[in-house]
Amino acid sequence: MSTNNTVSENHSTAVNHEHRDDAGRKMGMWLFLFTELLLFGGLFLVYSIYRFMNPADFSNGSHHLDVFMGALNTMVLITSSLTVALSITAIQKGNAKLALRMLAVTILLAIFFLVNKYFEWGHKIHYDLYPGTDLFKALPSGEGLFYVLYYFMTGLHMIHVIVGAVILVFMGKYISDGSINSSNYTLLENGGLYWHLVDLIWIFLFPLLYLIH
Amino acid sequence: MTNTLKHTDFYDNEGKPAWKAWLTTTDHKRIGLLYFYSLTVFFLVGVLLGLMMRFELISPGKDLVEAQTYNGLFTLHGVIMIFLFVIPGIPAVFGNLTLPLLLGARDVAFPKLNLLSWYLYIGGAVLALSTLLVGDGPPDTGWTFYAPYSVKTGTNVSMAVLAAFILGFSSILTGLNFLTTIHRMRCHGMTWFRMPLFAWALYATSWIQLLATPVVGITLLMIVVERWLGIGLFDPVLGGDPVLYQHLFWIYSHPAVYIMILPGMGVISEIIPTFSRRRIFGYKAIAYASLAIAFIGYFVWGHHMFTSGMSGPARIIFSILTFLVAIPSAIKVFNWLATMYNGSIDHKPPMLYALGFIFLFLVGGLSGLVVGALATDVHLHDTYFVVGHFHYVMFGGTGFAFFAALHYWFPKIFGKMYNLKHATRAFWLLFTGFNILYFPMLVVGIMGMPRRYYDYLPQFQVPNVISTIGSWITTAGLIYMIVVIVKGIRHGEKASSNPWNGLTLDWQTDSPPTKENFDAIPTVTERPYEYK
Amino acid sequence: MEEHKPHIVEYLTNIYVWIALAVLTVITIWVSEFDLKLLTVAVALGVASIKATLVLMYFMHLRFDSKILTFMVLITMIVFLSLIVFTFIDYSYRA
Repeated sequence: MSTNNTVSENHSTAVNHEHRDDAGRKMGMWLFLFTELLLFGGLFLVYSIYRFMNPADFSNGSHHLDVFMGALNTMVLITSSLTVALSITAIQKGNAKLALRMLAVTILLAIFFLVNKYFEWGHKIHYDLYPGTDLFKALPSGEGLFYVLYYFMTGLHMIHVIVGAVILVFMGKYISDGSINSSNYTLLENGGLYWHLVDLIWIFLFPLLYLIH
Repeated sequence: MTNTLKHTDFYDNEGKPAWKAWLTTTDHKRIGLLYFYSLTVFFLVGVLLGLMMRFELISPGKDLVEAQTYNGLFTLHGVIMIFLFVIPGIPAVFGNLTLPLLLGARDVAFPKLNLLSWYLYIGGAVLALSTLLVGDGPPDTGWTFYAPYSVKTGTNVSMAVLAAFILGFSSILTGLNFLTTIHRMRCHGMTWFRMPLFAWALYATSWIQLLATPVVGITLLMIVVERWLGIGLFDPVLGGDPVLYQHLFWIYSHPAVYIMILPGMGVISEIIPTFSRRRIFGYKAIAYASLAIAFIGYFVWGHHMFTSGMSGPARIIFSILTFLVAIPSAIKVFNWLATMYNGSIDHKPPMLYALGFIFLFLVGGLSGLVVGALATDVHLHDTYFVVGHFHYVMFGGTGFAFFAALHYWFPKIFGKMYNLKHATRAFWLLFTGFNILYFPMLVVGIMGMPRRYYDYLPQFQVPNVISTIGSWITTAGLIYMIVVIVKGIRHGEKASSNPWNGLTLDWQTDSPPTKENFDAIPTVTERPYEYK
Repeated sequence: MEEHKPHIVEYLTNIYVWIALAVLTVITIWVSEFDLKLLTVAVALGVASIKATLVLMYFMHLRFDSKILTFMVLITMIVFLSLIVFTFIDYSYRA
């Protein structure tokens, strides 16, 4: 991001290109996270209005979700959040090896989450519980909305899990080639922030979809 | 790199082929110009569609196009003008061109992201325009894409909606960039309350871009998914609620009105003190008013839905909040007027456009209160009064502020000066044409003519003919202005670095600026606009 | 302009936060077995909010970073919650 053609007299000024602005980069990441929050926020709004309009149907729909699977995935994501946080602590302390390991665990947990989700969706699709089937059309309209929102919200979340995991793979690459190190780790912090956001959204999705009967 | 580069301006391609130097640039000034030229093209396409609509309305019955074509015309006119011109408009062009200059910085915080925003903008624009050429014809839903019609119509809605989604992403990234720039890259001594007011306006705007756009993003995605899978999110037959779509749409699209107007107000706040040679009256009030408009503007979206079946209390609350947002807007107008009082006013083209802005925005704002009031809105909703009102705000407000900014920063960006006499004449032609074009709409709206039909009852013809004639005068004014500008760019006399004697940092550097903007990062010791 | 002082969150702190999150998850599942009537939604979202706050403060370092970030997060939350409230003003008075 820095340009080299700043002439020497600029060395005295603190805020210019050659100075790496870690706080600025982090602020940019946070601002981006806000847009993600409001993206899901729109869905939360739709969910809460339709739930308000069809309380019984939503309750029925939510009874058919597997709380155990949801809980398992919640623990997986919380743990993955921990490992990312540990990875950042490790790189700050100069322990690149531990940082890499923690990232690897995080990515494994992400894959575990996705596999788990695959079985959960697969189970429902196996029973024809998806938009367009005769079974689905026969559902009360509120329950139909519940499942539509279930697929939409978890689906969009799943895309974020995949994106987050890919980002973390790149972080791993940068740690191994040394471009992320104990004096320059904002990139890893930003990647971590994205991953925590994925966790944060799930923290709300889980009770909304699985627990509020 | 060598020191010889230091005094070449930012147009220098540094040995690269021109197309490459421009298309891979991360220089905020070049990106601003890329936006400027592409925006102008889309604006002219929008003008053309508008002219066709006005021509169709010259008499009752079919004149130029079929009803269905007309539906496509007003949809695309809206989509192009709103998403491709008015929303990106001033921030993407003049924000990019001048924000780092105003703050005493070398560039924005994330230059590469800035270029990405432009590419997203172009991608979205191409997608939006190609709805004309491919598939089953241009969308015919109006730019609002109201469900359930947008879910059922056979026209090319999915593509237009995806285009809007991509354009929204571009807008978000610009906002993110400006917020970080303003927080992190102000030069020495530039405290928050020493920032130029245009920077304040961009700051407030960026927050809206950041926090409102994602909501419409997800809403438009829902429309696309609903069209492809038939899942019934907003289809009442399948249990959905179309009014919820309207809520979600206006949760973005009303704040978007402030994305359009706030930067315009910022431009006016720069021009008025410079051409009155007076310190701005109520600097802090104007700065806070920008934030207040942005914040209150979030919570007035319901006034678009007074006749959609919202509950009574909601309608009353939204109406009250709508009136509240008029207060900070009025504060700004009064402060501009107070700034001019006792000043030595110089009627150069930028100032003329600024004054034109104040007048037209006043008409637009006050007619906005008429439709913001619950009782009158029931009568005026979906009539030409609304069309007249928002053109006074969007075109008379944002459009004229855009032209004001263009005439104001022209010598800074191009290093040359346009012909002041011709620019003044172009302004008067445009201003006159504008009022002939849009004022009859307010009248015919009160008479009861509904919007979005290609036909009308015979008793509405006189105002419609006047309006259509106005559209020709307006177009003539636009062409005149463009000729003056183009001639200025190509053959204008060389301008000094500070032809208007401005005091903000943008005027304290070369015209056109060097690639690095400033030889040394400046230090600021007082507020802007301390004239005398 | 505030200077960024790197603050290292200790390994153990992170692990304590994780334990708290896990316990809260168990609690919220356990509570959902009972019929709390009107309180169901409030309790579920309340616990989720506590969890979210922990993640924000510790895992996402808000507590140790510049205050301006916390302020921005609060603004975002206020805007989002207000959107919900205003939309509900419509729906809760529908005939």
